[in-house]
Amino acid sequence: MNTARDILSLSTEAMGDKEKRVVTELQHGLPITSRPYAVIASRVGLDEAEVVAIVQRLRQNLTIKRFGVIVRHHELGYRANAMVVWDIPDNQVADVGQKMGTFSFVTLCYRRARQLPEWPYNLYCMIHGREQQRVLDNIDHLIRSCDLKIFPHEVLFSGRRFKQRGAVYQYVEAERAVDLCPTARVGN
Amino acid sequence: MMDTVDRAIINTLQEGFPVCDQPFAKVAGMLSLTESELTTRLQALLDEGVLNRFGPLFHTERMGGCVTLAAMKIPKSYLHSVIRVINGFPEVAHNYERTHEFNIWFVIAAETLAAIDDVIAGIEQRTGFIVYNMPKEREYFVGLKFKV
Repeated sequence: MNTARDILSLSTEAMGDKEKRVVTELQHGLPITSRPYAVIASRVGLDEAEVVAIVQRLRQNLTIKRFGVIVRHHELGYRANAMVVWDIPDNQVADVGQKMGTFSFVTLCYRRARQLPEWPYNLYCMIHGREQQRVLDNIDHLIRSCDLKIFPHEVLFSGRRFKQRGAVYQYVEAERAVDLCPTARVGN
Repeated sequence: MMDTVDRAIINTLQEGFPVCDQPFAKVAGMLSLTESELTTRLQALLDEGVLNRFGPLFHTERMGGCVTLAAMKIPKSYLHSVIRVINGFPEVAHNYERTHEFNIWFVIAAETLAAIDDVIAGIEQRTGFIVYNMPKEREYFVGLKFKV
């Protein structure tokens, strides 16, 4: 599924060379086999124990946010997918955002830049459900529980999915990145 | 079709996967399956497209990359041609229609902020519509877990 065109180049200094090699391999997923890290290790020229240690470190420092199955929620029956946007005063948004994140039906919660005057909303939360009414009930529950009644909000349900894929990064040596980036960036 | 074992596998594996030499054997034990039963079922769920991927979800910014969410207001008659332009950029990951005047929402991931700005400028130039950039300022919660 990942064509060459879909692979972006990164020349960051944020990670060591061994880590970059492991990350590049892992983006395509973990091999589903008895000793997956041994397979990764053989592809990147490290040994299994080194790869396990690197992945543990990437998890500890939260470079890996989550590790496991990434579901296609639509295929699993989660058809009602609401992005709820809120206009919360800047000095309260952190408290509200953290509180929203504690509700089991909230799957993501972010603060984003406003685009005034057309878009005053700065807090986003995602609520996925099997039925639209259930999602709306959950939003009501959130408003009551977090005292959000005074803050403007809007509910944007998702319609058609035009594209879904993970962004795939290719770590390259810094000097090669100069050559590779333009190719990766061609937007046609 | 998924059965109760498949559901248990999906629910368990969204919670986190052990990082050790033989992680599938460890998870199989938790689910009272053999290692090969687990890997066979997992591969089938991937092949059927129920699962998108098995592996890590990376924090793009910590990897040195940049990501943003952008929105556009596109009249219905222009929708198809605009979508084609947007999806033509490899930096665009997800792209969804939403029920709002701001009806197109997509994620742009690139190596630098300048590259993201280039994509935005490119889309605006080629469609004639404004791209509203809504960059993330704080992440309060990332669960993205679905009980099945």
